[in-house]
Amino acid sequence: MSGNHPGLSNNFSRSGEKFSWSKDNLRSIKNIISKYPKGREQSAVMPLLYLAQEQNNNWISIECIETIAETLNMPKIRVTEVASFYSMYNTRPVGENLVQICRTSPCWLRGSNKIAKTICKETKCEINDTSDDNKFTVVEVECLGACSNGPMIQINNDFFEDLDEESTKKIIDNIKEGKPNVIGSQNGRRSSENA
Amino acid sequence: MSDDLINIKVNQKEIQVDKNLTVMQACEIAGEEIPRFCYHDKLSIAGNCRMCLVEIEKAPKLVSSCTMPLMEGMSIITNSEKVNAGRKGVMEFLLINHPLDCPICDQGGECDLQDQAMYYGFDKSRYKENKRAVDNKNMGPLVNTIMTRCIHCTRCVRFATEVAGVPELGMLGRGENAEITTYLEQSITSELSGNVIDLCPVGALTSKPYQFKARPWELKRTDSIDIFDSVGSNIRVDSRAEEILRVTPRTNEYINEEWISDKVRFNYDGYYQQRIDTPYIKKNQKLSVSNWEESLKVLKDKLKNLKPLALIGEHVDLETGYAIKKFMSNYGKNNVECRTDNHAILESLDSYRFNTPLNDIENSDLIILVGTNPKIETPIINHKIFKAYNNDAKVFNIGENISLNYKTDYLGESLSSLNNENLIKALKKSTNPLIIIGSAFLNKIKNIKTLKSIFSYADKYKVITKEKNNLNFLNPYASRVGQLIIGNTTNNLCEPFSNLKNDNYELVLSFGSEHIANEQFNNCFRVYFGHHGDDGAMGSDIVLPTPLYTEKNGTFVNIEGRPQEAKKCHNPIGSAKEEWSILKKLSDELSFDFIPNTFDQLRSELFDKHPILSDYHEIITVENSASITSDIEFEDCKAEYPVSNFYMSDVISKNSVTMAKCVEEIISTPSLMEKSA
Repeated sequence: MSGNHPGLSNNFSRSGEKFSWSKDNLRSIKNIISKYPKGREQSAVMPLLYLAQEQNNNWISIECIETIAETLNMPKIRVTEVASFYSMYNTRPVGENLVQICRTSPCWLRGSNKIAKTICKETKCEINDTSDDNKFTVVEVECLGACSNGPMIQINNDFFEDLDEESTKKIIDNIKEGKPNVIGSQNGRRSSENA
Repeated sequence: MSDDLINIKVNQKEIQVDKNLTVMQACEIAGEEIPRFCYHDKLSIAGNCRMCLVEIEKAPKLVSSCTMPLMEGMSIITNSEKVNAGRKGVMEFLLINHPLDCPICDQGGECDLQDQAMYYGFDKSRYKENKRAVDNKNMGPLVNTIMTRCIHCTRCVRFATEVAGVPELGMLGRGENAEITTYLEQSITSELSGNVIDLCPVGALTSKPYQFKARPWELKRTDSIDIFDSVGSNIRVDSRAEEILRVTPRTNEYINEEWISDKVRFNYDGYYQQRIDTPYIKKNQKLSVSNWEESLKVLKDKLKNLKPLALIGEHVDLETGYAIKKFMSNYGKNNVECRTDNHAILESLDSYRFNTPLNDIENSDLIILVGTNPKIETPIINHKIFKAYNNDAKVFNIGENISLNYKTDYLGESLSSLNNENLIKALKKSTNPLIIIGSAFLNKIKNIKTLKSIFSYADKYKVITKEKNNLNFLNPYASRVGQLIIGNTTNNLCEPFSNLKNDNYELVLSFGSEHIANEQFNNCFRVYFGHHGDDGAMGSDIVLPTPLYTEKNGTFVNIEGRPQEAKKCHNPIGSAKEEWSILKKLSDELSFDFIPNTFDQLRSELFDKHPILSDYHEIITVENSASITSDIEFEDCKAEYPVSNFYMSDVISKNSVTMAKCVEEIISTPSLMEKSA
């Protein structure tokens, strides 16, 4: 399914491995379900999808869907509907680092195109593709809500803001070499204060 | 003015309507037609097609009338320029991605989108971009999909979840990527799945067997009755020349509402397979082609010398049954039997019919299934039980632990499980309990006391009261209740064939009953009147062709005791002759007294003898049987279900290619069958 945004595909696939909840997740699930009234356990489908994605190498397989349906006692198709609706649930395997490049107007005006080009060059993979070493999956996304600090990207759970080509390259290099990165603004700005 | 009524205005016309209605329903009462795609009165309200826009005074924007509740003094306008422009806008958006393939679309001529585009569509498109295309989805052997035509009304999704009770369809993705599909593109496992074809307002879901067969205006419409289960769903048979091309439901709110089972909808190709088109006689252990003259002569000679027994099959109409009874009365009594499956009965009508009117099932709060699998025996009744279940009714099951599309509490495999503590507790609490006794036990009961005990049990726990009788007996055969009403049965209430040996029958006349192939008739001369060459015909000495229910007129009484008519659609295949006319001819030659010369005379004689049958569409009313005060004592019998395979339960569906595909793609697919409710 390469060539599609991993979060915006209606085609799900099997991982081939059984998916069962980890002990920690079982505990969190109990906690999450207790937040909803009795008989409305199905409302917990979104947090559970998120937990499943975290546990399953950052993507939702058919096995995940079936486990969630069983846990919440709801039809599998209903879980599938939710998982396919939201672009932040990945419906196909992604690399270790999911690089999401914001391409909405504010970031674009501040040069997100250049950032995208740099990332593609450094990670050696196209937009919507996964690199051969499975280190990176690069996708373009709509606004991630950090407009004042554009251009910005999100790698897994972290935001990297106020990017230029140089700082972007550095971030990717650090990941490749296993070095830690500074999260947030790359030009020393605190939070989103005036530049 | 009553509390429930409010005053509203529709196009300046003042009316009073129920305050619980929606704006759309009020407009319909006022006689204004509102265009719609997603709204359907049997399904929940979705409000996503936006076609039903109306103007409401003081509301700044147009509102979708299907989702809008009424308010006192509301003034609704349905015919203004603004409304028209709004609907035209909606239509333009709907048509953006809809392909212009009406000339090759099966829905053409009966398409909601086509019809409404005539009123609200433009003659040319302003859309210059690429249209979207969607891959077709697999939904099984019955439903054909051309998903590019889909307008996302979600009627099919709501039907599968709310009516069929199989939440397998859904809408994946969003916006332009939204697609309707089944889970992992598996076949729909419902026995009612064909109804999504009627529900689809466009040509996205169409009938696979009917694909590219005909246009609606070429078809001749005949109103008829579903005879493949005992519910008697109202159907409409569409034919061209001498061939039936499709079967669709007719609305009957008392019986099938707007649905029919997949069996009657799709097994019509079996009507023309393996047909007996000419008489056959067994010569040298082999059936060989004969003619009417020869075969009737042989039969007449046998009838002169041998003692006959008549068996009545599952698809025999009342007029034929009456003619058989009349003919057999020349040979004495106790020689006609329709209960070839050993169905145990008491004398009264309420011991073999479904006493609760079918559209009252949903009002029950406790349902006990005793030896019945309504899902495959009578899918329509199963739908009604599902409705009750959704109204918080509890369902108990006795017999085999069958899997249904709703949750049941399994109590045990024998009749004595009726005394289960939990069940008794629930029965005492229940205000409207309902018991369904199915053929799986009825056919096994050897002692009439058991049947009487069931009545006493029902009486004790208020299932039968003065006002209502909720003790129901369910068998899956269309002919049974009617044949029992006209008395086509022997004296043995249980096990009708138990003293067969003493009776010394030498000649068996089977009217469409496969039971004739049974070993117990091996020493008899066997004659089979039927339309399909199956076990019954193979084991017979003479085979006489008779017409199918679509090739003659006939009356059937459905399971709740409602006489209905199946009408002739086209002429019989081959040299088939109606049973009554064969019996008339034999009677004349044997110089028996058989007056009717025409079918109409036969029917009026039947109605004279049994006036209760002449009132079509009305349930026959009977007094509840007097409460039988015997001890409650159930015999131990093992449930044996009459239908094990929904798609192949009778000679006709056994010969249908479509039904064979269903078995292959649905029943034989383990991943589809293993899931439970």
